[in-house]
Amino acid sequence: MTTKKSETKSSGKFERPDGRKVNELRPIWAKVGVVPNADGSAIYASGDTIAIAAVYGPKQMHPQHSQNPEKGTLRCTYLMNSFSVNERIKPGPNRRSMEISKITEWALEPVLMLKDFPSQVIDVHINIIQADAGTRCAGINAASMALAHAGVPMKSLVTSVSAGKLDKTLVIDLDKEEEDFEEGEGPTDIPLSFTGDGKITHMQLDGKISPAQLKEAVEMARESAKEIHKIQVKALKDSVEGDKK
Amino acid sequence: MTHDERKIAIPGEVIIKGKEFLPGEGTTKQGEEIIAQRFGLIEESERIVKVIPLSGVYIPRRGNVVIGKVEMITFNGWVINIGASDNGFLSLMEVPRFVNKDALDEVMDIGDIVIAKIWNINKRGIDLSLKLKGLGRVDEGLIVKINSNKVPRVIGKEGSMINLIKDNTNCNITVGQNGFVLIEGQNVDDELLAKKAIQFIEEKSYIHGLTEEVERFFKENGGKK
Repeated sequence: MTTKKSETKSSGKFERPDGRKVNELRPIWAKVGVVPNADGSAIYASGDTIAIAAVYGPKQMHPQHSQNPEKGTLRCTYLMNSFSVNERIKPGPNRRSMEISKITEWALEPVLMLKDFPSQVIDVHINIIQADAGTRCAGINAASMALAHAGVPMKSLVTSVSAGKLDKTLVIDLDKEEEDFEEGEGPTDIPLSFTGDGKITHMQLDGKISPAQLKEAVEMARESAKEIHKIQVKALKDSVEGDKK
Repeated sequence: MTHDERKIAIPGEVIIKGKEFLPGEGTTKQGEEIIAQRFGLIEESERIVKVIPLSGVYIPRRGNVVIGKVEMITFNGWVINIGASDNGFLSLMEVPRFVNKDALDEVMDIGDIVIAKIWNINKRGIDLSLKLKGLGRVDEGLIVKINSNKVPRVIGKEGSMINLIKDNTNCNITVGQNGFVLIEGQNVDDELLAKKAIQFIEEKSYIHGLTEEVERFFKENGGKK
């Protein structure tokens, strides 16, 4: 892979490798209803990262011993396709994908009213067909749209975005090149998920950051999440408008 | 519907503000705001605001007439798959005819299609009944599966749409709330035309003036009227 070096100019002004502003998102594209067999589905693309989510259920949980008669279960499966990255990855679940599946469940569960679906399960399958960093965020965004499309009662949509710190500069929506940034203090990646009204449902942190800067990063992410939320809402609304024609 | 443009609700979105409004299905009230909990069309009838879902699985409700398939026979009834997350149970007591307890399969065997009514839903499951006119085992006809959320469209206002199909195809049509539609006609061609019309409605369910559109469909495809 070619590594274009991002330069910290002598003026102290930081420039991102792809020329984006620090709080600028990659171009986003989203569509709902892409998997006809599923009860609900969505595709979400952010730059070169593309995620497809399909929702099945609520349906009866099998085997019976994993049923929870108190409340329903959300079961997420995150998978990266073998062709989604430059170097072929072995297909199937691995340690990383299992962790992200769990994280996705935790990010989405707070908005779902699982109490209404005892002994039942909602299956969410997330497939990354092309990866360029921020796949868990893209996956959560797609999954949240797919859940709404499947008619699952929700308190709000979930919007996910990653904040980050490159050397000393805070940026939004890191791509792969930025994630591999190795100058100064190196990269810090902070994926965050928000509800529609800005409450946090999920947060991870990989790297080093001061508490003051972390607060600043969260605020930046919250602002960007609003932009993504608008795109999610528009995609859902367009799925109905499109049928009218 | 009186509005020209129907509004779409997104989960978490504030539909309307005001003390006078009451939350209906698919919504909650927070302070003075009515907030959507589901993705669907907004409908206001007087003070009640509700969201009509557009997609998703069938959620059984008490009083629904459904079409299902016998999955299993137990010692006191039948287990019936109605396409919901839970199977329905039709008890012997709810069949208005004499049933020999040793030969339940003579009344309904595994694989038979049955029209039944949901008379109760509780934690243990869905109870079905046949104690109503028009319910019972289906002997012949054609079954079409559509999305259960499109059922109101197929039926139309006070049955206007379904009567239109019936008149144009000379078929008897039973629509189960779970999305299974039974078509009984004199010959296969009539049944296939009715099936085509139902699938046409499912596909075009969002258009305005759907009834006129379906009338045109019958003119083009040889309706009887």
